[in-house]
Amino acid sequence: MSILVNSESKIIVQGITGRDGSFHTHQMLSYGSKVVAGVTPGKGGTEIFGIPIFDTMKEAVKNTQANVSIIFVPERFAADSIVESADSGINLIVCITEGIPVNQMLKISKYLSINTNSRLIGPNCPGLISPGQCKVGIMPAQIFKEGNVGIVSRSGTLTYEVVYNLTKAGFGESTCIGIGGDQIVGTSFIDVLSLFKDDPQTEKIVLIGEIGGDEEEKAAEYIKNNISKRVVAFIAGRNAPPEKRMGHAGAVILQGKGTAESKVKAFEEAGVKVADRPSDIPELLK
Amino acid sequence: MKLLEYQAKDIFRNYGILTPEEQLAEDPSQAVKIGEDLGFPLVVKAQVPVGGRGKAGGVKLVKDVKELENSVKEIFGLNIKGCIVDKVLISEAIPYEGEYYLSFTLDRSRRLPLIIGSQAGGIDIEEISRTKPEKIEKVEYDFILGIKDYDLRRLFNKVFVNIPNKSSLFSDFSELIKKLVLIYYNEDATLVEINPLVISNNKFIALDAKLLIDDNALFLHPDTKSLRDKIGDETLQEKMARELGLTYVSLDGDIACIVNGAGLAMATMDLVKYWGGEPANFLDIGGSSNPEKTLNAFKIILTNNKIRAILVNIFGGITRCDDIAKGLLEAIKSLNINLPMSVRLIGTNDEIAKELLQNAGISVFSSMDEAVKDIVKRIKEA
Repeated sequence: MSILVNSESKIIVQGITGRDGSFHTHQMLSYGSKVVAGVTPGKGGTEIFGIPIFDTMKEAVKNTQANVSIIFVPERFAADSIVESADSGINLIVCITEGIPVNQMLKISKYLSINTNSRLIGPNCPGLISPGQCKVGIMPAQIFKEGNVGIVSRSGTLTYEVVYNLTKAGFGESTCIGIGGDQIVGTSFIDVLSLFKDDPQTEKIVLIGEIGGDEEEKAAEYIKNNISKRVVAFIAGRNAPPEKRMGHAGAVILQGKGTAESKVKAFEEAGVKVADRPSDIPELLK
Repeated sequence: MKLLEYQAKDIFRNYGILTPEEQLAEDPSQAVKIGEDLGFPLVVKAQVPVGGRGKAGGVKLVKDVKELENSVKEIFGLNIKGCIVDKVLISEAIPYEGEYYLSFTLDRSRRLPLIIGSQAGGIDIEEISRTKPEKIEKVEYDFILGIKDYDLRRLFNKVFVNIPNKSSLFSDFSELIKKLVLIYYNEDATLVEINPLVISNNKFIALDAKLLIDDNALFLHPDTKSLRDKIGDETLQEKMARELGLTYVSLDGDIACIVNGAGLAMATMDLVKYWGGEPANFLDIGGSSNPEKTLNAFKIILTNNKIRAILVNIFGGITRCDDIAKGLLEAIKSLNINLPMSVRLIGTNDEIAKELLQNAGISVFSSMDEAVKDIVKRIKEA
């Protein structure tokens, strides 16, 4: 078992002919992920790596029965790509694109919840991987190993750092999900935690948060009331100055809200161990 | 991006929100001339991208030319939390009673925009919510219905609870709210704030204005984007980085950090602190492995004369470590770097990268902790 994706997942790449889209399609295929189609408007009828390209998501889904899509479309068009994917009946939409305006995301997350059954992961995220089964994302696959730790994170490279430390210590992962670094993302910490809670393969959970917003505080409350599996947290940005955006659009302390201190305190009060350093995580997980 | 008061008010006026008569002055003599044209009494307001200017002496009420000349002399060049005042707003001082607070803002936690109103204006909303939470009223914006009328009446009655016979103000209030919502959506704001909002001659007037624009949406608003250089909220390095497409945030320490990825960059500065060092900056060189980016990163950090050591932390994925190493060697050669440097490289092509760097006499680590410990130790010994 794993959550959200497995070896049966059929994937469409939106923006498959772009620089990033084509590079990562190749990487996903090499990992064994079933990429069944690509969509680039105007390039319908052609192929890339032997995969058919369609002009629209509707055609691509109709011809391939895909259930997952991954978006590499530039920020100007990415919001529309999410909606197109949802309207075509895709269950799981992974949006890698960074830089979608937050008010567009507000409307889209509302639209998805009212009009569709689709789950969005991201935007501005590295995607997800269930080692040994399927990768729908941009993470370096070689650092992952199949195992029993579920990982959920707002970050990309920091997640790789944590995975690297876990793998070195002999752990492996059930599923690793980057939920994205924007202010408004489709899938929250709590959404993923509730999936890990019911996943038999996942025995331990690592949550990687950062400054900004109150998703970590909400997650702490959820863990306290619902999760008996061991959870270890890490919070990045303990020394970030207020009112400054630390790279991610969502990583900002505004009007005193969203500090690392508040998040660490919330986890500690919920009985969740918080690692001071990424390299402390494996020891706390034992 | 947080606009200065005068920039926000220009936008407010475009939407028909009333403000006092006022004009921007960029030097003292211009300020006096504007003041003489507007007539007295006037308020002189420093235009700086930080809060607390009133307490710092950046806002003065003046009754005549003499007072204006003196205030202007004092305020220009004033240092307010590190920002030197080079612009003031000369504003008509209008009579009013009571100060209120009104904003339309993104509530990240509820995932929708909210109207926030308070009968206690003139102070920071953060302070109001801490000291007088009972004086705040919130109304949620519905994506289908917008603002519901009954919610609006509730807000109106709460905010203006102390005003007798206020019903004549309701339609103006309702119009004002519509304007805030329009600004929010048309300008891609995340905060549209009037604080204080006052009533003068039965009209709502914005005495101050705050506007936060979503950085992700600036590509849709070239006019707003062009206001950035006037704001003065960036250090030299932050501005350089923005123009080069990197993300940099200045900190107070002496260890310059070059990292790929925002989360890892934050974790790196935290780790420097953990091992007893002081990071000089946050710098994310992003996901691509273009050697040019590495070179640019070095160009930026070297303009900060406080730095005494350099830490590079790269987790290669899409980013290839050998490309980073090449950029790094190029930087050392062309920029003449002779500061202590610790490099941590791991991931895609790290073996090639290590060989390249070790041949050039640079210490390379696989562990982030070891790299940080090394550089902190060397800076302390130096």
